[in-house]
Amino acid sequence: MGHIAVVDYGMGNLRSVAKALEHVAPEARVSVTSDAGEIAQADRVVFPGVGAMPDCIRELDARGLRGALIEAAHAKPFLGICLGMQALFESSEEGHAAGLGVLPGKVRLFPAAAMHDAEGQRLKVPHIGWNEVDQTVSHPLWQDIPSGSRFYFVHSYYVEPGAAGLTAATTSYPFAFACAVASNNIFAVQFHPEKSQAAGLRLLANFVAWDGTTRA
Amino acid sequence: MSLAKRIIPCLDVTDGRVVKGVNFVALRDAGDPVEIARRYDEQGADELTFLDITASSDNRGLILHIIEEVAAQVFIPLTVGGGVRAVDDVRRLLNAGADKVGINTAAVTNPQLVADASARFGAQCIVVAIDAKQVSLPGEPLRWHVFTHGGRRDTGLDAVAWAKKMEQMGAGEILLTSMDRDGTKIGFNLDLTRAVADAVGIPVIASGGVGNLDHLVDGILKGRADAVLAASIFHYGEYSVEQAKRYMAEHGIEVRL
Repeated sequence: MGHIAVVDYGMGNLRSVAKALEHVAPEARVSVTSDAGEIAQADRVVFPGVGAMPDCIRELDARGLRGALIEAAHAKPFLGICLGMQALFESSEEGHAAGLGVLPGKVRLFPAAAMHDAEGQRLKVPHIGWNEVDQTVSHPLWQDIPSGSRFYFVHSYYVEPGAAGLTAATTSYPFAFACAVASNNIFAVQFHPEKSQAAGLRLLANFVAWDGTTRA
Repeated sequence: MSLAKRIIPCLDVTDGRVVKGVNFVALRDAGDPVEIARRYDEQGADELTFLDITASSDNRGLILHIIEEVAAQVFIPLTVGGGVRAVDDVRRLLNAGADKVGINTAAVTNPQLVADASARFGAQCIVVAIDAKQVSLPGEPLRWHVFTHGGRRDTGLDAVAWAKKMEQMGAGEILLTSMDRDGTKIGFNLDLTRAVADAVGIPVIASGGVGNLDHLVDGILKGRADAVLAASIFHYGEYSVEQAKRYMAEHGIEVRL
């Protein structure tokens, strides 16, 4: 458990992520930090964020966090949330930005032409609200969370993983997209566990107890 | 199965207390905001909206403390609106724990604020609140205007065109209140709701006039709203959020149960 670093790079409401972690792990030290050294020393790292991808990468670089993040993503239990998931991939259609390239794949905008349901009713973008998360692999972070549980989403872009086997769950809007990915010590989600009530808190509790292996 | 329609209890807060009025006047005390927020969370509310209607500038800071306290205990999305006039107001509310910020009058007086706040914090956290009122006469094609200052001032702006403009400026959602229905318990203005919901590509939250559970169902099925917001039917214990969701599910609406 120990020290959990929540990476602060000026993008979005990090306080709610920290508060949710404190709620599930009262004995852990949760620090919201933009200090590369602190990220390097932490036992586990949470990479949250909302906003636009080009700003995200620029703000990370402005704080000199790129190296520490990439290193952490290879070394210890690492949780990416929303923009923090997207930024792990190679590139994004949002502002044609390059990501950190820790995981293969790209980030795409929900295509306007596809955004209607089976009855032909228009689906709104951003995708906002509680949608079902269908687990495609067993993983320690899914422990005690039934597949199909609803989590809270708010996003206009989604990840298209470039390697088979990365996807840990999918959500339909209206097509199935990867809403969670897992690779070694990395777990990353498009939804907001810190805003997803009981299911979200469970996922965060699972992360706090996770040893960073994919053994379920 | 797919995205659930949302039920959003709304808490009008003044001087640190939750109140509810009829047509924006005649306020009635409904309790402590933190306690009420916790109750709705336990009942399965999908989000919570706080509208700060504090009149005196002395007590404006109270809402920040309330949001901080709620955000430490309630882990669902929180929207806060009321008196937001500058990018810095948005920042303060987000830092206190709000996930989204509602902009109402200031969007009309300074539309650039919507663009600036959206560019700075992302469209997902900018909710433009539109108070609309029917202005067409009987027999004329339906028309609605945007009103500001708690519903007292007609801006002359067409509500549907305004919603589209706000989408272009960077709003991530529209909170649409039928001002002449607010607090009346006779149901949403469904023509207005549908006109706006069909006109924009971003989600629309219907508000104003909910008096029973059929009104919530109508807001989704007839008004085509993505979410429904209500206050008094929940505050005074007439219905729980859970009852409302079960009722909507019985009518074929996908909800989070």
